Amino acid sequence: MRKWKTALVLALTVMIAFVFIACGKKRQAVIKIGVNAPITGDIPKVGEGTKYAAQMWLEDVQKAGGLKVGDQIYPVELAIEDNESKPDSAVKGNTKMISEDGVLVIVGPQASKQAIPAGGVANDYQTPMISPWSTNPDTTLNRPFVFRGCFLDPFQGPVVAKFVKEEFDFTKAAVLYDVASDYPKGLAEFFKKSWEEINGPGSVTAYESFTTKDTDFSSQLTKIKDSGAEFLFTPQYYNEVALIVKQAHELGFNNPIVGSDSWGSAETVNLCGADCHGLFFSTHYAAAGAQGATKEFIDRYQQKYGYVPDDVAALTWDAMRLAQQAIESTGGLSGDIKKDRQAVRDQLAQIKDFQGITGNMTFTEEGDPIKCAVIVRISEQGQFEFYKQVCP
Amino acid sequence: MAFFLQNVINALQWGSFYALIALGYSMVYSILMLFNFTHGDIFMTGAYIGLGVATALLALSGVMGVVVPGWLLLIFTIVLAMMLTSLLGVLVERVGYRPLRDAPRASAAITGLMIGIILEYSNLAILGTRRLNFPTLIETTTYTVGGVFFTNKKILIVGIALLLMLALHLFIQKSRWGMAMRAMSFDYQIVPLMGVSLNVIAPLTFAIGSSLAAAGGILYGMAYPVLDPFMGIVLGWKSFVAAILGGRGSILGAALAGFLLGFIEIFTPMIFPSTFRDLIAYSIILLILTFRPYGFFGQAHSTQLRL
Repeated sequence: MRKWKTALVLALTVMIAFVFIACGKKRQAVIKIGVNAPITGDIPKVGEGTKYAAQMWLEDVQKAGGLKVGDQIYPVELAIEDNESKPDSAVKGNTKMISEDGVLVIVGPQASKQAIPAGGVANDYQTPMISPWSTNPDTTLNRPFVFRGCFLDPFQGPVVAKFVKEEFDFTKAAVLYDVASDYPKGLAEFFKKSWEEINGPGSVTAYESFTTKDTDFSSQLTKIKDSGAEFLFTPQYYNEVALIVKQAHELGFNNPIVGSDSWGSAETVNLCGADCHGLFFSTHYAAAGAQGATKEFIDRYQQKYGYVPDDVAALTWDAMRLAQQAIESTGGLSGDIKKDRQAVRDQLAQIKDFQGITGNMTFTEEGDPIKCAVIVRISEQGQFEFYKQVCP
Repeated sequence: MAFFLQNVINALQWGSFYALIALGYSMVYSILMLFNFTHGDIFMTGAYIGLGVATALLALSGVMGVVVPGWLLLIFTIVLAMMLTSLLGVLVERVGYRPLRDAPRASAAITGLMIGIILEYSNLAILGTRRLNFPTLIETTTYTVGGVFFTNKKILIVGIALLLMLALHLFIQKSRWGMAMRAMSFDYQIVPLMGVSLNVIAPLTFAIGSSLAAAGGILYGMAYPVLDPFMGIVLGWKSFVAAILGGRGSILGAALAGFLLGFIEIFTPMIFPSTFRDLIAYSIILLILTFRPYGFFGQAHSTQLRL
């Protein structure tokens, strides 16, 4: 009997101790920022860029001693969650960071496939989230707590259509996209719509799809070639771009192939090689020929990690700084995480003329920035060269 | 006509992979009454081993300053990778399946799935998450005949696949080992009493099946040079479908069904929207199996290794 009592008392003591430790932790004010990134999965290079940019930002903040909010300086911590490039893992990651880690803001997820479902969680728990790279409108639609750091597909689709029309004066387009992924599917639709507005109905001669993890596109490409399309638009990620472009050339389709911002990874050229030289895509920024703060960022990143940062890294950097500016302009944190999250959201929604390295941003009521797009040409050396700027 | 022939060529290439992988499923099944669900991942590992061998050979010839012709490098790569991957097959049999030989078949099948996951994630742990680019051993040359485009790689892929199938056929029909394998497929409990050891024949079967998968992996790497640790999963499932469609235990059936699957998958999007490709393609296969539940060359209650 006595033994039992001792054990019980001991257990209770330990439990109470834990409660105190937990409380103590909470009282020690730390600003936690969540990062939801595809470290593994289909697009690991995107995850890597996200992580590196976020860590570079953290370094700057730590060098300054922390974030100064009101009259207090807070140390900052990052909570990085791997979403494995899967929608369900992105949702789990957000839930964990919001409810267990107590993050103030979440940066990420990057691809719309994960950002759309994860944005729902952030909005439900009233935690501000900034997706740096997700261009699908659904990510922020009717979600006051969700923001993004890039332009939208309803803008990007017409940008590509107009660019091709002006540059080549083509009338017949083909589209090849992944039907199981939100981003390519949405962008393919927006592109088709604006191309048909310019060139009349039936001007998209082939509208072909495949599903994630497919590697053989020969039947779709044969159909596209047979349809008489003058160019192919394929809003895919880098691993598929390499396969699609190579197979198209092997099947004798030598017309231009045009892409979207998902092409803008350092891996595109690594995997695709000479087949991709001379092709165009629309994106957020061009590394070659950048100036000012953008160049400073590129140089620092390249020195640290050994390669030129892609658009994801640049957009993540901007998103981290947007979060920083919003936190700083709250004028002071109450310590009540719910109130503070609300305050940060309100500041985010008010940001005007933010000087980002991917361009100036002013936020609309929906949490979307107004900013310009860039057309990039892949040079004969495999570099992403600035070709043209297109503004709304 | 050119459009049709173009798709025939596409389908021949795509079917070659299914056929090569399906052979491994069928062989193991006929000997051990077991579907080796690791097979898709052995295919994946074979492709990565091929990548390693090819990179090493290229580096070696670079260091020695000898210009080795691409076709010779390819042959070396295929042979070396087939040997290495057959060792992996033997290991999988020894570690995974032999202890469970008398266990219920379901346990053995689950073991296969688990070893597959182990292979996928150890690849991820060792090589990281980056997609790897399969080195170019042979420069692509594109030929056109009457509006039909094909490359030297496509000819090589289909040619090597057919050559390997012929070699397997001769091995099973003409060699003593092949005879032992055919005997074992009658009954793996009785035949060992006649002096043919199952502990020799089972690893041999795994070795041959795995080496065919490795060859398939390298050819796949040539055609689709972006490798991914999870590339064997779906391809493995679909090849498994081919093995069933061909008739369990039938080598010829597995090869033919592999090509048939390629044809169905390539030709479905020609007629229907490509969004419905797998839906329609696999509905057709379901229909075939409804009328021929034992596949093309399968017989009821028989798993005998046939050709």
